[in-house]
Amino acid sequence: MTDEARKALGPILRVAGLSASIDGQQVVEQVDFEVPATGVTAVLGRNGVGKTSTLKAVLGLISRSGVVEFDGERIDSEPTHRIVQRGIGYVPEDREVFASLTVAENLRLAERGTTPHRDMVDELFPDLIARSAQRAGSLSGGQQQMLSLARVLMNDNRLLMVDEPTKGLAPRIVTEVAAALERAAAVTPVLLVEQNLPVVRRLAHTVVVIEGGRVIHAGPAAELLDDDERTQQLLGVHSTDHGAPKGDTDHGAPRGDTEHGASKGADESREETP
Amino acid sequence: MSTVLLLLITGLGLGALYFLVASGLSLIYGLMGVLNFAHGSFLTLGAFLGWEVARRMPDGSWLTFGVSILVGAVVGATVATLTELLLIRPLYLRHIEQVLVTVGLSLATVALFEGIWGVDPIYVVGPEWLNDTTDIAGALIPNDRFVLIAAAVIVLLGLVVFLKRTRYGLIIRAGVENRAMVTALGVDVRRAFTLVFAIGGAAAGIGGVLASHYFGYVSPLIGGSLLIFAFIVTVIGGLGSLTGAAIASVVVAVLQQFANFYLGGTGDFMVVALLAVVLLVKPTGLLGSKA
Repeated sequence: MTDEARKALGPILRVAGLSASIDGQQVVEQVDFEVPATGVTAVLGRNGVGKTSTLKAVLGLISRSGVVEFDGERIDSEPTHRIVQRGIGYVPEDREVFASLTVAENLRLAERGTTPHRDMVDELFPDLIARSAQRAGSLSGGQQQMLSLARVLMNDNRLLMVDEPTKGLAPRIVTEVAAALERAAAVTPVLLVEQNLPVVRRLAHTVVVIEGGRVIHAGPAAELLDDDERTQQLLGVHSTDHGAPKGDTDHGAPRGDTEHGASKGADESREETP
Repeated sequence: MSTVLLLLITGLGLGALYFLVASGLSLIYGLMGVLNFAHGSFLTLGAFLGWEVARRMPDGSWLTFGVSILVGAVVGATVATLTELLLIRPLYLRHIEQVLVTVGLSLATVALFEGIWGVDPIYVVGPEWLNDTTDIAGALIPNDRFVLIAAAVIVLLGLVVFLKRTRYGLIIRAGVENRAMVTALGVDVRRAFTLVFAIGGAAAGIGGVLASHYFGYVSPLIGGSLLIFAFIVTVIGGLGSLTGAAIASVVVAVLQQFANFYLGGTGDFMVVALLAVVLLVKPTGLLGSKA
């Protein structure tokens, strides 16, 4: 689909003046962007700039203000579970599978409709299905990522929000995850937070670059990634680099560590408003 | 040998009582992060209303006993549900305020119970068999301990089946691990909150009726005195762990019985010492994943 045709469909998600805070600390500040109704929109930026927090703010998992429209309707005052029930699938950073539950239980918990797409999950992740009775906590990182993806792919979603799906994975698994996302993106628009630029180049049509909690660039993915100097300026890496953008020296958080120094994991994950 | 057996089985009986109170406390904290100081009030009200119904029925019959337990469970579940809906839910994520509300509720309800039923203990009458003993290898075991143990085992098995076999059980187990992620999968976790409160209240209500037969009376303070040990059990077992609560209930009660008998009535002290050791060595408790 051409960029013109994509624009003609209108955005599936529109964010305007979105601000969010964790424990009183501002982590997202007046962010504006749109996600087209098809294809992959990648959210890029250095570590700790507020990419994950932006996704969480859209879902209402952290305290936020501003306008969030999903398919033309305001959702910013709704609790998280209702937003998800509208058809937004969320794959969090660090997978967040339920370690004490089995693979089958993780999938059963995620079932929303009466006719989950088990066949698609079976086809994409046969290894996972073979481990149905295994506790999710004993899976490898790659398998946990597959499970986290499978949880959303088995439902009818109108938007997928996927946060760093290739983080910490072996190259072979990265390829598999990218293939699964490509397959999913063929039918469902995806908002993707990703640091792996080759994956972004392969999947994304549009990019939104965040810096210091604000959007500093938005446009076609190819346009940015073909401009090595601009990529270097915005992300701190060359567009041909395979690794993550370098950490922001102000924040200095290593990959997978905290954003803005705010406590993540269990503490942050309790900041939802159901 | 008979003394050891007696202490062991009566310890199991007391542990069963602790478990009936602690199971709800542990599940509520594990899922919601709420330390529910009003849990003892659910127990006390269950005991009082169980007694109110029982005294209007034939004295000492098993039917009366069974109905009073049922009343205790229903009353406990109802009051706990109302507490969650009216007092806890509006303060969602404000844990300090939630704790303060439950503390206030516990104090207010004790005063209310004293106003209604007076401050003196009210003696209860159960089936005659409960007051008898059974000879096991020379140890004369009070029969009410067997009822307590049976009730706790039934509640434990019921909870395990519920948690393992039902969708709400699945939601609760997942919610104890990562509540935010459950909501991010589109699940309204608030219903699970209410359900957990109701289940905990029902178990406490059953515990209240059985406690009134164990002690031989019901009083406005019966819940508060048991709640202290239930909290200790919950912390030692690991907040949020049902199995941990079951194990800790037995360990605490048996230790209490043996220390009271062999160490000059130091049972309560030994329990607190055990709590201190567990907190120092394993702050998350025996089977808990979060402190």
